[in-house]
Amino acid sequence: MKVLVAVKRVVDYNVKVRVKADNSGVDLANVKMSMNPFCEIAVEEAVRLKEKGVATEIVVVSVGPSTAQEQLRTALALGADRAILVEAADDLSSLAVAKLLKAVVDKEQPQLVILGKQAIDSDNNQTGQMLAALSGYAQGTFASKVEIAGDKVNVTREVDGGLQTVSLALPAIVTTDLRLNEPRYASLPNIMKAKKKPLETVTPEALGVSTASTNKTLKVEAPAARSAGIKVKSVAELVEKLKNEAKVI
Amino acid sequence: MTILVIAEHENGAVAPATLNTVAAAAKIGGDIHVLVAGAGVGAVAEAAAKIAGVAKVLVADNAAYAHQLPENVAPLVAGLGAAYSHILAPATSNGKNILPRVAAQLDVDQISEIIAVESADTFKRPIYAGNAIATVQSSAAVKVITVRATGFDAVAAEGGSAAVEQVAAAHDAGKSSFVGEELAKSDRPELTAAKIVVSGGRGMQNGDNFKHLYALADKLGAAVGASRAAVDAGFVPNDMQVGQTGKIVAPQLYIAVGISGAIQHLAGMKDSKVIVAINKDEEAPIFQVADYGLVADLFEAIPELEKLV
Repeated sequence: MKVLVAVKRVVDYNVKVRVKADNSGVDLANVKMSMNPFCEIAVEEAVRLKEKGVATEIVVVSVGPSTAQEQLRTALALGADRAILVEAADDLSSLAVAKLLKAVVDKEQPQLVILGKQAIDSDNNQTGQMLAALSGYAQGTFASKVEIAGDKVNVTREVDGGLQTVSLALPAIVTTDLRLNEPRYASLPNIMKAKKKPLETVTPEALGVSTASTNKTLKVEAPAARSAGIKVKSVAELVEKLKNEAKVI
Repeated sequence: MTILVIAEHENGAVAPATLNTVAAAAKIGGDIHVLVAGAGVGAVAEAAAKIAGVAKVLVADNAAYAHQLPENVAPLVAGLGAAYSHILAPATSNGKNILPRVAAQLDVDQISEIIAVESADTFKRPIYAGNAIATVQSSAAVKVITVRATGFDAVAAEGGSAAVEQVAAAHDAGKSSFVGEELAKSDRPELTAAKIVVSGGRGMQNGDNFKHLYALADKLGAAVGASRAAVDAGFVPNDMQVGQTGKIVAPQLYIAVGISGAIQHLAGMKDSKVIVAINKDEEAPIFQVADYGLVADLFEAIPELEKLV
């Protein structure tokens, strides 16, 4: 079966971002960028499905600026077969990205589409669900286990009270949670080989998709800073402060 | 302006996050209708009708809506919701699962996890793991929004007397089915609704040592949480995880024990009223957000704390 994996280029998760002085957004100039951690898990799951003989081809797709080619090359080095870059602005809404991915899904006809559950920049947690709605496929969100069973896929999902397992008809959309797997590192020979793998670039116009959004960001501010606390010397002093000063116990 | 709130419910009761979501709806203004979708949800609908400020309760009681499968529930919500100005759901795992599917069906962008209402079309939400707050305006005909429960004080669960109306629609897409579930059992308060949360991190060293935190939590009437490090090390199940990828909490008192304070963890708890950090590393980043810090070995400090409270 053909598996499509969507990956996003985001600010590296270790970077402490700063809000721009004019409140127009966060400052991403000269900041380290990486593949979104949940997308790494999605790529890893696809590669494991291929190693098990379930997946025959892995196509990795990213919607973003031309620099997102770096993240696509990373995915190719990890085991994806070919890549598609939908070259667009990097601040598209989730719905616009879902529409672009839908156009790619229509063209590629994968049996399984794997995305991360959320991107660590916008923290939206929407794209997978929206793609499922647009394509009419079933969705297995926040997956911690994925098992293909004939023409169905069983997905164990992380829900608020524990775990829930659902059975979905293929083709289906799966979004990854942290505990689905431990992503591997790309080896140097594979990074070299990945440079020769095919990478196709398309535009939203060529896919016939409008990327207009009903949302507009008016401003971005730094969160209110917490006032500096104090260090107490003993447990007794801590309890005294909590009882008499903070009055929380 | 009429607002549709999707009720979160479990075991025949309305989940607390629904009350916070109704509070957000009240801030937007207008009539508030609550949709209860599920199988055998008569008692939930009656409870929802008593929530303060609710004008009408819509009940979709059908086997197709059992277990809240999004393939079935989303068409119901999109069908009913098209007539409303806003559709709100709590940002729980169900809300996050279903609502984007609804938004895409209505061809509008969603606004996720709002923490404040500026006006009927403008909302605040955290981005970059809570390191920035975005003010977002929606021009959509139907504004589809998930609500972070800790951003709004819950409305009263009693005092209302809304009319209850049955909805005839039933959608069974036939694309998905429920296989089973495995829910963690706990007698302690629910993590996201607790007034006091005691959380352990990698410093707890193993799962057995969490018994010290459970003892302290029971004395305080607190819920017990964990950092991702503690979950990944297998000390505790992952539904106890507090952070960007786990649960978001904002209790009166948050006690972080043996937690260094990575930004992903802070994203889940830094809106707590009072934060206490107990850590033997005085350089740990958690001390930068803690109101009260104690540099001490947790295995000595926790039993002593349990004795003194």
